[in-house]
Amino acid sequence: MNSNKPEDSVAIDVQSVTKIFKGETEVLALDDVSVQVRENEFFTLLGPSGCGKTTLLRLIAGFEHPTDGRIKLHGSDISLLPPNKRPVNTVFQNYALFPHMTVAGNIEFGLEMMGQAKAERSATVDRMLALVQMEELKNRRITEISGGQQQRVALARALAPHPKVLLLDEPLSALDLKLRKEMQIELKRLQHETGITFVFVTHDQEEALTMSDRVAVMSAGKILQVGSPRDIYDHPTDRFVANFIGESNFLNAELTKVSKGKGMIKLASGAELDASLPSDAPAVGPVSILIRPEHSQLTKRSSKAPLSGSIDNIVYFGTDTHFHITLETSEAFTVRTQNKPGFEGAFQIGDQVSLTIEPDAVQVLKD
Amino acid sequence: MTQQNSSPSMKTAKEVEEFARRQDTKNRLLLASPAILIITLFAAGPLLIVVLYSFLTAGDYGNVKWIFSTDGWFSVFMQRDIFDDTLQIADAHVSIFWRSIKLSLLTTVLTAAFGIPTAYFIATRPLSQRNLWLFLITVPFWTNLLVRTIAVMELIRGEGVINNVLRWAHIIDDPIQMMFTDFAIAFGMTYVYLPLMVLPVYASIEKLDFRLVEAAYDLYANRWKCFWRVILPIVKPGMIAGSILVFVPSLGAYITPRVLGGGKNLMFGNLIELQFGQGRNWPLGAALSISLMVLVMVALLYYVKVSGGDDNNEHR
Repeated sequence: MNSNKPEDSVAIDVQSVTKIFKGETEVLALDDVSVQVRENEFFTLLGPSGCGKTTLLRLIAGFEHPTDGRIKLHGSDISLLPPNKRPVNTVFQNYALFPHMTVAGNIEFGLEMMGQAKAERSATVDRMLALVQMEELKNRRITEISGGQQQRVALARALAPHPKVLLLDEPLSALDLKLRKEMQIELKRLQHETGITFVFVTHDQEEALTMSDRVAVMSAGKILQVGSPRDIYDHPTDRFVANFIGESNFLNAELTKVSKGKGMIKLASGAELDASLPSDAPAVGPVSILIRPEHSQLTKRSSKAPLSGSIDNIVYFGTDTHFHITLETSEAFTVRTQNKPGFEGAFQIGDQVSLTIEPDAVQVLKD
Repeated sequence: MTQQNSSPSMKTAKEVEEFARRQDTKNRLLLASPAILIITLFAAGPLLIVVLYSFLTAGDYGNVKWIFSTDGWFSVFMQRDIFDDTLQIADAHVSIFWRSIKLSLLTTVLTAAFGIPTAYFIATRPLSQRNLWLFLITVPFWTNLLVRTIAVMELIRGEGVINNVLRWAHIIDDPIQMMFTDFAIAFGMTYVYLPLMVLPVYASIEKLDFRLVEAAYDLYANRWKCFWRVILPIVKPGMIAGSILVFVPSLGAYITPRVLGGGKNLMFGNLIELQFGQGRNWPLGAALSISLMVLVMVALLYYVKVSGGDDNNEHR
């Protein structure tokens, strides 16, 4: 979408990278992956375990080298540089803090290895401690602080050398829910304050949506879609992406018209609706479409409605209620409505209902 | 439950609890009694006897006379000149102490030099292979120490394997004299005590989280810095344990210096044996034994202090 941005705003340029792990059986971890991470953005690699997201991160960090393809950092090829020669730092999943050093010692380590003078180092350490609000624990041993505090030290340690890019490998997965929410906000703040490009790996879709400027959804060694969280959520172009992020209703429909990136689809009921198309638009004919559960509303039964069916089940979730509906085409469909105080809702299990669909809610999928 | 407020039942409950606690203490003592008995009989007891003997007079044909004397302790460090009876430092003893310490330190350094890379090698093998390697390391342990020492002798003696191979290859013409030297003792002890270094070092390397190594590389450390600043401090406890396990028995080694050192290169253990055997001076032997023990304890305390102190100046 923004591919016409100037070249110098690209921080990391991954160019058709393939990674094969050779062992007893060869494992194709990354299959011809190309992606660009822009400068100063919070970029997230999202996918289930084993999708290759961590491998891609390790390739950028230098712990692995690509079997094929190139990785560029601000235009220069770093594919074969060892990790200690790359201006890139990592926050590890288990933090990997040095257990025999203090909090300050851990943060200072990278600066010392870079050969900074002592005075400069301690100034940076103090600045980093302030940044992650850990001043009081400066001289504590790593074994004496909590998991959340270790997380902050790991961040401070990786940020201290002021890397061009900070890589974060599922850093929040070991924290409990409350702490995780706090750290999500904290990370966003740190990224904003330091102006460093963040590449964040997670399998948690909510984390990806709330924190990222852009998200790349990965599966089976490939990047399926790259876009803003809103883009990815509202307009997933792939069934996997739609399923992985949020809840989805998939329906069969017929694509009747394609013009200027927009399309028209026809449902089984005969109703015609505007639809968003994936980038490589499919030909006119039968397609799968996606409608998010909250982009549809229940109404009284009407013959003019695009979709009709009967309510199978109603599930109360506190903030909202899910209505499970079997359509006349016998496809399953879920509608999510937000609950209002003191209002039980007008629909019962077994009711015959119709559905309205909000404008711009229909997305045509690639498959 | 129905009698909750009545005092008799409360009292009973308290008594039961009290009884159970007493019973518990009694049972614990009872359970520990075999261990206490063994420690008293076989560890503390003999030690006390040795201390006692060191303060008695030597008997004419070995054994002791029950007369208090500090002669044993006196002769550990001092001796009277045979001709004019002047007091001298017992330089024969001092040189044996010194040789023992020197050779034990050398053995510790050599086992570390060979053992640490070996332990690293084993710890980085796939899990399925490690047990086999560890097994191979411990195999010599199942063989009698004397037999193993004689095997070493077979290697290094004048007509031994090493000399024969070197002569066959025309690298040397005359056999190198290796037997009955300090080198022979250090070589033999290094061979004998190597597993005692490998095993604890292996255990600590195996526990090392290799992600810490990655973290060090990520933070701009080169290989050397990574080893020196991250791997070594974490593996250090294993190396300390290994060093103690090698140094302590080396200091008291008896068979190896006896076989490989011949008669003239005595070590502490041989000196003690001499007093209880040919020397027929049990009090001196006892005093030497205790001196050795004190020496080991001082060395250990110093070692623990030095290695413990390191941690605090790790990062000022």
